[in-house]
Amino acid sequence: MTGDIILTYAIVVCLFVGAGFAMVGAIGLLKFNDSMTRLHAPTKVGTVGIGALLLASMIHSFTYSEGSLHELLIMAFLFVTAPISANFMAKVNIHRRACDTPPEPPRDDTWSTLNVPEADRNIETASEQTPKV
Amino acid sequence: MSFAMQLMDIALIVTFVVIVLAQAMSMIRLVLGPSTGDRILALDTMVVNAIGLIVLLGIAQGVRIYFEVSLIIAMLGFVSTVAYARFVLRGDIIE
Repeated sequence: MTGDIILTYAIVVCLFVGAGFAMVGAIGLLKFNDSMTRLHAPTKVGTVGIGALLLASMIHSFTYSEGSLHELLIMAFLFVTAPISANFMAKVNIHRRACDTPPEPPRDDTWSTLNVPEADRNIETASEQTPKV
Repeated sequence: MSFAMQLMDIALIVTFVVIVLAQAMSMIRLVLGPSTGDRILALDTMVVNAIGLIVLLGIAQGVRIYFEVSLIIAMLGFVSTVAYARFVLRGDIIE
């Protein structure tokens, strides 16, 4: 009986954590003023908020019936897919120029290529002119 | 009915109200949203909040059957978010 009471308090804590994260995510989605900053808040709802609610559901099923771990499937699925969808939305923001665009690449094309940089041209031609032994 | 049960009922009601408020706020962002990325993000948040509402309904009624519903909605939400983002990025979903 005492274990049931402790588990019920655990359910209450998980529910409040989930509700708090859902509220924080919604406020961040509504109040931030830039597309990329707006992307930051609701991704926490997808992982921690729903994770806490599913944890509460699992503890509830273990307390009041024979128990099930099925909710772990939803939790694993959400934890895997939330970063992927967030990455896609960030790509959409970059594509639509809704944020600061990434900096231009440097002009020279000698970095990490086979082209010889300007400063090393003399060495290259000198080594080509030396007779092979 | 013990104090812990009453506290859990109150917590369930509070969580319902908070998640419905979060759903309404993301709907406001869906209507306002200046760019397409914000609308996709608002729709994704609404799907996640809908999963939370269904899980809460399962807790409140003590029924196991809502698990499949929330799993299917999670999969559908991810696929629709990716499809929408692909459509904006590439102009086509399946190339």
